[in-house]
Amino acid sequence: MGYSAFRIFKEAVTGHKGWKPVWRKAEPLAEYDIIIIGGGGHGLATAHYLASKFDQKRIAVLEKGWIGGGNVGRNTTIIRSNYMLHENEAFYEFSLKLWEGLEQDVNYNAMVSQRGVLNLYHTDPQRDAYIRRGNAMMLNGADAKLLDAEGVRKMYPFLNFDDARFPIRGGLLQPRGGTVRHDAVAWGYAHAADKRGVDIIENCEVTAFDIQNGKCTGVQTTRGPIGAKKVGVAVAGNSGRVMAMAGMRLPIESHVLQAFVSEGLKPLLDGVITYGAGHFYVSQSDKGGLVFGGDIDGYNSYAQRGNLPVVEDVCEGGMSVMPMIGKARMLRMWGGIMDMSMDGSPIIDKTHIDGLYFNGGWCYGGFKATPASGYSFAHLLATDTYHDTAKAYRLDRFSRGYMIDEKGQGAQPNLH
Amino acid sequence: MIIHHPLLGPRDASEFVYLGDASLMNRPNPKSETAAEDFHRYQYLRDNPVGQHRELWYHEQGDRSWLVVTRNTLTHDITKVELARDVARSQK
Repeated sequence: MGYSAFRIFKEAVTGHKGWKPVWRKAEPLAEYDIIIIGGGGHGLATAHYLASKFDQKRIAVLEKGWIGGGNVGRNTTIIRSNYMLHENEAFYEFSLKLWEGLEQDVNYNAMVSQRGVLNLYHTDPQRDAYIRRGNAMMLNGADAKLLDAEGVRKMYPFLNFDDARFPIRGGLLQPRGGTVRHDAVAWGYAHAADKRGVDIIENCEVTAFDIQNGKCTGVQTTRGPIGAKKVGVAVAGNSGRVMAMAGMRLPIESHVLQAFVSEGLKPLLDGVITYGAGHFYVSQSDKGGLVFGGDIDGYNSYAQRGNLPVVEDVCEGGMSVMPMIGKARMLRMWGGIMDMSMDGSPIIDKTHIDGLYFNGGWCYGGFKATPASGYSFAHLLATDTYHDTAKAYRLDRFSRGYMIDEKGQGAQPNLH
Repeated sequence: MIIHHPLLGPRDASEFVYLGDASLMNRPNPKSETAAEDFHRYQYLRDNPVGQHRELWYHEQGDRSWLVVTRNTLTHDITKVELARDVARSQK
């Protein structure tokens, strides 16, 4: 079943009786070639690219809950490729390019909206750092534009430009950045993977790995044992917990990140803004709510809910950069669990166990990485070699001393 | 979260700075033959458990003591708070 303007017209005149569920409710088979654990954005994207780009067959995605119930439905929907280090920038730019063709690729409207991501700067050194980052972005084929205060004022005249402590001096704009309807990403990848025969098995929690003589031959689940030639784990947030079942300890801590949405407002903010003097970022959803967030809570947590001091901190950031936000009421707040890695960068790698592959450590930047993460994980699973843009994301980079530490914070996960 | 400081009583968690797993107190022996591997494990790898977690909090906006807090990572319930120096001494 495909989606098109013609299809909408046809359904409109025939009483909308022909719409079918977007993916089948698959029953698990006894064995697959490749099992992906985790039916989030990354897992579903991996399955889609395995089937569509790497010609793999007999693939299953195992999800302990339901599709779209985890972090893919909890993030603040921003996509961008404005990193500085080459290892990251090439990868995230690859991701942004995949976002640009995503809807045609999966035949699903994910509302990819390249409305621009603007990072504000408030001091001269910060401007210099942004120039450096913008140059690094352009060297990797991304787009970046430095704005002065006037340039920012033309876009967003309502910001707090003349604050005594943190005046807005300008910003680094990535026009190709933007937002995507996040759960439609999960549905779109599920739809496309399902169409190519991938079994998406919900309510199927993995309880153990079958590992014999250093080789993974399948998994035990709440819906029975399932054999597999290769098993890929993409369960960021719960990576520590799942990989512990394979006897592995990871360079990762799980932390809670909160996000917020205001009541619905008339259109006022057509792009994404990040504050440069505190941690605060905001965009407006198509329903009108301001979607915003800030720092992680900062302590190990699997609770999917955070504490009030961080709520206060985020709202202070909002009030500081965009004072009129104080007139709006907060509608909802929620939390998601992040794999905070030791250098702030992700891991896509084989493990020391034959047939077991790992994808995780996305910190709080996993959503924008979804397509490239899926693509490079599929590349690794199908060919046993690293994708060009993801070859630095190795599990052993900590013991070798090749950290990819964008912020230069060291091995302190809650600072990344 | 309220942390019941052994000396100062109930204090808001926002007065503290969080470091991480209490295993960071057990620094490996740098003279050991396996020191490189030991320090990699010490510095980078974590148990990251669901449930009971022993972790280090620093009372930066208080008496600047290090605490070992036993906290549930699923419920955020704190069940035990000790002075890190007491824990370190009892391990000797």
